[in-house]
Amino acid sequence: MSTDERTLVEGKLDALLEAYPPADTSEREFWGAQFDHGLAWVQHPEGLGGLDVSPRWQALIDRRITEAGGSTRNRYLNVLGIGMGAGTLVAHTSPEFASRFLRPMFACEEIWCQLFSEPGAGSDLAALSTTAVKDGDTWIVNGQKVWTTLAHLAKWGLLVTRTDPDVPKHAGLTYFIVDMEGDGVDVRPLYQITGEAEFNEVYFDDARIPDEYRVGEVGQGWNVAMTTLMNERVAIGANVGPRGSGAISHAVEAFERRQAAAADGAGDPVSDHDLDRLMSHWIEAEALRLTAVRAGEARLAGTPGPEGSTMKLHWADLNQRTTSFAMDLLGAEGMTYPDGYEFTRPDETSNRTESVHRAFLRTRANSIEGGTSEIMKNILGERILGLPGEPRVDKNIPWRDVPRS
Amino acid sequence: MEPTFTVTEEQQLLRSMARELFEERGTSERVREVMLGDDGLDHEAWRQLAELGLTGLTIPEEYGGGGASHVELAIVFEELGKRLLPLPLLSTAVLGTEVVLAAGTDAQKKELLSGVASGSAQLALAHLDTAGRLAADPGVTATRDGDGWSLSGAAGYVVDGRTADVVVTAATTDDGLALFVVPGDADGLTREDVEVLDLTRPMATLTYGGVRVGDDAVLCGGDAVPALHRAIAVGCGMLANEQIGGADHVLRTTTAYARERMQFGRAIGSFQAVKHRLAEMLVKVESARSAAYHAARAIAEGDTAEIAVAVPLAKSYCSEVYEHAAADGIQLHGGIGFTWEHDLHLYSKRAKATKLLLGSPAHQRRLLADVLGFIAA
Repeated sequence: MSTDERTLVEGKLDALLEAYPPADTSEREFWGAQFDHGLAWVQHPEGLGGLDVSPRWQALIDRRITEAGGSTRNRYLNVLGIGMGAGTLVAHTSPEFASRFLRPMFACEEIWCQLFSEPGAGSDLAALSTTAVKDGDTWIVNGQKVWTTLAHLAKWGLLVTRTDPDVPKHAGLTYFIVDMEGDGVDVRPLYQITGEAEFNEVYFDDARIPDEYRVGEVGQGWNVAMTTLMNERVAIGANVGPRGSGAISHAVEAFERRQAAAADGAGDPVSDHDLDRLMSHWIEAEALRLTAVRAGEARLAGTPGPEGSTMKLHWADLNQRTTSFAMDLLGAEGMTYPDGYEFTRPDETSNRTESVHRAFLRTRANSIEGGTSEIMKNILGERILGLPGEPRVDKNIPWRDVPRS
Repeated sequence: MEPTFTVTEEQQLLRSMARELFEERGTSERVREVMLGDDGLDHEAWRQLAELGLTGLTIPEEYGGGGASHVELAIVFEELGKRLLPLPLLSTAVLGTEVVLAAGTDAQKKELLSGVASGSAQLALAHLDTAGRLAADPGVTATRDGDGWSLSGAAGYVVDGRTADVVVTAATTDDGLALFVVPGDADGLTREDVEVLDLTRPMATLTYGGVRVGDDAVLCGGDAVPALHRAIAVGCGMLANEQIGGADHVLRTTTAYARERMQFGRAIGSFQAVKHRLAEMLVKVESARSAAYHAARAIAEGDTAEIAVAVPLAKSYCSEVYEHAAADGIQLHGGIGFTWEHDLHLYSKRAKATKLLLGSPAHQRRLLADVLGFIAA
């Protein structure tokens, strides 16, 4: 079975790379062809960008494409669509419906965003209050979403709304895809502590969504949203950087700059204590990196363990401590913000080379985005360690009666 | 080498075997009986380990061992670390075995290592002075005495040193630091127990009052440092695995307690103050596990450059994770965790003692900084 799958996958790969040599093919054309060859999400059915084989082959495919000079940066340019939206559409809509969205998604002809969080619903996502009211065969949407990555570039959004306020919170939700270029959808930049606007706020003011864009049944929005978030977990942590990369590189660089400055008589020397702290951070970074390797192997082998869930928490905490330590090493220079606050709106969710100063500020979000560290600890405690949950006061009462700030 | 954590079926079987053995043998009652007994070691269990091929697991087959790698031995350490049954695994199967393998003649290897594998010989390594420094002066000095040698001085912190059949002793000679094979019952050798923090791992102070040994007792004539460094590195790698075994056990038992212990009408594990502390422990244990497994793999592959990074990394990180886990374990148990009756103090003491054994975390970080080329003023 596995051998058959390998033969199938490698045959398709050879055909793709021969017909569309990456060197002579535009990125979008190549990605479209990759989709047509079933190599976009290899576990999806044929015709929807897959070959209906084990997802473990995707790593091989992406590696072969990269080695052949092709690009896989679509996964990152359109991360919310390719990483999260595609799996949701395949699981919860008809193949005919999904097929008209998936190819342009994979080719980055249409960018996607995810409209889940609201000002009043962060960790408690199911408390969200953006409403969708049925009007004939369309739905009328009103409310506000927040922390929406890529919304200003997006053609489509994955939207969860409240369609029934009279039932408990999880039961009254319905999931849609929404045309971000339609009337009544207003995207505004949300400036963050680094001065940039990586994220957006999205306002819905009588925006209309045809009923055919509903994903899943009315009232089933929570289950559909869970599919999206499960895909997010699969998408995160697929790549392991080299030893010494990431936040620790900022601390090492700061340390070496201090050494160089001291050697030139331009600064105080680093102390033994600084060196010990540097090594502590370096060691922890490497232990975490090794854990990412271990988690990746376990996932591919189909035996994921707790390490897959502990990484995010450790990563967030360590990033914050490490970049803060790097700033301390800078001494007086740590009081500056060398590039100034630019109030730009980056076009990509990027891991571009950045200053330690920006990294220090940006990492504050690491323990909030993608699940706060507090919620992650609840998840680890309850799902991995089997500890009982907190008593819930909002469980069996209608959403409209739940106290809200 | 590229890191990998793939586990073979044989390794899984070995783990199950070791786990069953230590769960059966290493009950709380038995551990306490042994640690408070005269010898401080469970010789009966050691014989069983020998029968199962675990005492000579990494010894080459030509010397009667199992010819397995240190990944396998690390599995035994991890499982033993969960139970704390006092066994001379570190002293005999690692410290003693490694110096003999690194420095011994073929005849010495045959004699000593076949004894380790069969369970008939327990080894110890006396390589520290009484201040705990690596064979510095005043440690043990060896001088020519007719056709043999005479050893004088004292060695400290010798793990399982009072009961070992053979003490491999580092001693200063005119040609530098040498290693001698000294019988445990040699005339002029006095062995006294140290009052140890961790009762499950005995240590002794050895006094050499002109101990005479023959020329055939010389394991290594003048340059013992590489052999000692090898033994210490392997020891640190194995201890890191023992540490994650202990930390994992503390996590599991404390989690079980938090599920059962009721206060304010709820299991205490439902309170986030408790739950989050356990989640943080889990995070650290899993990252430490990766570091420990990788160190064992580096040793198994014989990749010296990677050993120089992976081992101090693992020893430093796993030491701190285990110590925090044990401390949090006591805290989360409340009063019962502070009693002698409860086993947590044994883990807490093991955590602190292994942290300081074979080089503290700060020492490991210093080693690593040198390897990576980071220098302070």
